Amino acid sequence: MIELDIAIKNKCYANNSSVVLKEVEFNVEPGEFIAIIGPSGSGKTTLLNMLSGLEDSTAQTILCNKKPIDGFKEIQLGYIFQQPRLMPWLTVQENIQLVLANPEEIKIKQLLAQVGLAGKEDYYPKQLSGGMQKRVAIARAFAVNPELILLDEPFNSLDAPTATKLRQLLVELCKIRKSTVILVTHDLSEAIYLADRIIFMSDSPSSIIHQCNVDLPKPRIESGCDELAWQAKLIQQYPNILSGSLLPI
Amino acid sequence: MIVNLTVTLTRVLISFTIAMILGVIIGILMGTSKRLNQLSDTLLIIVLNIPALVTILLCYIWFGLVESAAIMAVVINKVPTVVVMIREGARVVDEDLLSVAKVYKLSWSKTFFRVFLPQLYPYIMASARAGLSLIWKIVLVVELLGRSDGVGFALNTLFQFFDIAGILAYTFAFISIVLVIENLIFRPLDTLIARGIHHDRT
Repeated sequence: MIELDIAIKNKCYANNSSVVLKEVEFNVEPGEFIAIIGPSGSGKTTLLNMLSGLEDSTAQTILCNKKPIDGFKEIQLGYIFQQPRLMPWLTVQENIQLVLANPEEIKIKQLLAQVGLAGKEDYYPKQLSGGMQKRVAIARAFAVNPELILLDEPFNSLDAPTATKLRQLLVELCKIRKSTVILVTHDLSEAIYLADRIIFMSDSPSSIIHQCNVDLPKPRIESGCDELAWQAKLIQQYPNILSGSLLPI
Repeated sequence: MIVNLTVTLTRVLISFTIAMILGVIIGILMGTSKRLNQLSDTLLIIVLNIPALVTILLCYIWFGLVESAAIMAVVINKVPTVVVMIREGARVVDEDLLSVAKVYKLSWSKTFFRVFLPQLYPYIMASARAGLSLIWKIVLVVELLGRSDGVGFALNTLFQFFDIAGILAYTFAFISIVLVIENLIFRPLDTLIARGIHHDRT
């Protein structure tokens, strides 16, 4: 399990000089599930891209287990993007094999069965629904036995029942694998259902304006009474949080 | 006729293979490197617009009426058109798919052959089809101007005798070969390349 210390200051967009992340400092405990909430354009995806090595982070401080790290070259990473990003010319099984150094057919079949895609190994992505494609993307992310999983609004384009099922699947897989997870989302109820801690970001150029631990027991129930009460409390605070009137914790 | 057809077909295959390999490599390099593209874009446009006849004549004058000059003339005529097509393909490669390769730390060869190159297959097929038809025509001119065998040479001889039946016979033989290549090579390749792309949801 890995622990992260992140300190990003004045990070600009790759293609222009405007600052997107003004001051973002937080740490992630080993095995912790963090949800990051912020308005559109606040640099949440940029933050994940920096963590994954897709964006330059050389001028910033990102420590993994107290050691500086460049794009997490040394640790095993799973990234579930907003879109599934499956190779259309590869079958479901081949898409998962692609990311593995030593692909084992039995393990891939087991993983596909876990995500509810048993028997779909030879299907091409275009033959699957959006929800099924997301399942393949989740299976691909977990296939590499990731120490850190990054999720960029992974369920936002799905219908509510499918999204709920996939969240439950994510919870189960995270429980088994004990990975450290960073989820970026707009959905407060999703953050409450999944996360141990929620980090609120301001509008761009963004900084962290609030953090709160979700001290509800697990397993949680999506739209359960306690969860809804928590959500109501946060929604009440949310406009204040976004306007920056709450002091950072 | 069979001897001439075999000679021409051999020339076509050799020059086609060389032109495709060179064209794909240069096209990928130009499509992925802005700097290289800026440096060589003007040269590409110049080479693209030099008449085929000029290239053939210059190759024969500079290198003599030899087989290698004939092949070189065909290759020089064909490479720029392949480069243009492949460059366009390389420019629009899906960066999102490449980011998957980067995040999951795929090796260079895996990224190139399993993520990057499959995105260029439709462009490679299009340039191969267009290329083969162009190369046939150029090879005939090359043979007519400076070779003592092949279909181009035979057609020139038949023209001198106004032998319309002979000319048509060669033309039909030619068309038959093209159809065989289309059905035995290009269509199966098309099916292979299109796997996963044209499937409907089940």
